[in-house]
Amino acid sequence: MPAEPLLTVENVNFAIRGNPILLDVDLRVTAGEIVALIGPNGAGKSTLVRIVLGLLHPDSGQVRLKPELRVGYMPQRLTVADTLPLTVQRFVTLGTPAPRERVRTALTEVGAAHVLDAPVQAISGGELQRVLLARALLREPDLLVLDEPIQGVDLNGQYELYDLISGLRRQRGCGILIVSHELHLVMAATDHVICLNRHVCCSGHPDQVARDPAYLQLFGIEGVRTLAIYHHHHNHRHDLHGAVVAAEHDRDG
Amino acid sequence: MDDFLPRALLGGVGVALTAGPLGTFIVWRRMAYFGDTLAHSGLLGVVLGTVLGVNPELGVVATCLTVALALVVLQRQHWLATDTLLGILAHTTLSLGLVTLAFLETVRVDLISYLFGDILAINATDLYWIWGGNLLALGVLAGLWRPLLAATVHEELARVEGVPVFPVRLAFMLLIAIVISVAMKVVGILLITSLLIIPAAAARRFARSPEGMALLASLFGCAAIGLGLWASLRWDTPAGPSVVMAATTLFLVGSVIPSRSRR
Repeated sequence: MPAEPLLTVENVNFAIRGNPILLDVDLRVTAGEIVALIGPNGAGKSTLVRIVLGLLHPDSGQVRLKPELRVGYMPQRLTVADTLPLTVQRFVTLGTPAPRERVRTALTEVGAAHVLDAPVQAISGGELQRVLLARALLREPDLLVLDEPIQGVDLNGQYELYDLISGLRRQRGCGILIVSHELHLVMAATDHVICLNRHVCCSGHPDQVARDPAYLQLFGIEGVRTLAIYHHHHNHRHDLHGAVVAAEHDRDG
Repeated sequence: MDDFLPRALLGGVGVALTAGPLGTFIVWRRMAYFGDTLAHSGLLGVVLGTVLGVNPELGVVATCLTVALALVVLQRQHWLATDTLLGILAHTTLSLGLVTLAFLETVRVDLISYLFGDILAINATDLYWIWGGNLLALGVLAGLWRPLLAATVHEELARVEGVPVFPVRLAFMLLIAIVISVAMKVVGILLITSLLIIPAAAARRFARSPEGMALLASLFGCAAIGLGLWASLRWDTPAGPSVVMAATTLFLVGSVIPSRSRR
C-alpha cells in the first residue's frame, strides 16, 4: 500500500488582480521522495511554494498536509541587515532554540561547521545556503521545501549541494520539494519532475519528462543542450501571456 | 532648590531604558520614518485626549495605533509606496492636530512643550506615567523578543517556523505608540525618533549580539539624557534638543574610536 503523501496539492488556482498565476495545479510529495519543480521565470514556482507553505491562500483548490507535519523551509533569498549583529549560531537557532552542540552537529551535517561563530553577514553565498539548510534541518523536518537552493553558488558548490540534499533524503527519509531552474542538476537527482508554466506542462520521472515535447518547448535552447538527444513534437505553444494555445503545425525544436 | 533636576533625570532615564531596545528594532527593521510618522500624529492624540477628557497619554496611544492600522490598510493598494503614505499620514495628522487645536478656544495646550519636550517640567504624575508605561513596554518587549527578532530577520521563514507574525507586528506597533506617548514629555513629538534611533545606531559598532546592542543602546540613551541635561543647565540651552545633541555627540565619538569587533 502506498504511503500517505506528506503533501497533496489539488486543482489549485491562484490569480493576482485578475492575472492567472496558477491554473489547476496538482502536486504530491511522499516521504523519501525528491520532487523537483522546474519552470521558467514567472512560471509561478515561488507562488506555488508559498501556497504549499501556507503563506498564500489559493483562490480555489486544496492543499493538504499530513497531520503534524514538520516543514523545513529554505527561502530563495535572504539578506540580514548589516545593522543587526548576529552570529551564524544565533541565526540558526532563531527558528528552533537549540544548544550549541546541536547547532554544531547540524552545521557539520551540511559542511558549514567552520562558520558557527562568524557574523551571518560575513559568510559567502554558498555558506549561507548551507546555513539555511542547517536551520531547516534543526527542525527535524518531515518535508523540506527548498526554493532555488543553489542560486548564487558556483558550479562545484552546486554539485556538492545536490549531493548533500540527496544524502539527506537517504539518511533522514524526509520528502523534499525543490524549486530550480538548473535543469541538468535537477534531472539527475530527483524522482519526480514537475514542469510548471502556470499550469503543469508535464510531469513524471526525469526520463519521461525529458522526452515530453512540452518540456523542450518550455526550456527551448537550454533544454535542448541539456537533453540534446531527444527529438520531440509540440502539442501546444504558449502565447505572450503564457496561456496554452494549440500548435497549428508540429515543428521540431 | 527645587528638585526638578532629579525628576528630569529619572524621567529621562525611564524613557531611555525602553527606547534603547525598541530603537534597535526600529533600526534593524528600517522603520525610522514609521516611528517619526507615529510621533507626528502624537499631537493630534494630545488634543483628542484633552478634548475627550481622558488624558493626553491615552489619546496619544490610541491615535498612534489608529495611524499604524491605517497604514496597514493603505499598504494594500499598490499605486503608492510606503514612504509616500507615511509622508501623507505624518503631515496630515500633525496639521490636523494643530488645526483642531485652533478650534478649541477653551483648551490651552502648551504647543512648544509638546513639540520639543519639557523635561524640566516633569512632575510626579508624569513620572508614574513614564515608569509605568516604560516598564510595561519593556516587559512586553522581553516576551516578544524571540518572535520579533525571527520576524525581523526573515518574515516568511519565521511564519513557516510558526511565528504569528501579524500579531507580533501589531504588538510591536503598540509598544512604539506607548513609548512615544510617554517620551513626548522628554524630547517632544518632533524629536522622539532621535531618542529611538541615535543610541541604537551608536551601539551597533560595539555590539556582538542583538541583546548586547539593545543593552548598549539603553546605556547610550541614559548617558545622552545625563549629558544633555548637564549641557542644558550649563549653557542654558533647551533641554530636549540638548539631549538629542548629546546623543549625536556620543554617536560621533563612537564612530571614530577604534573597536575590538571586526565588523
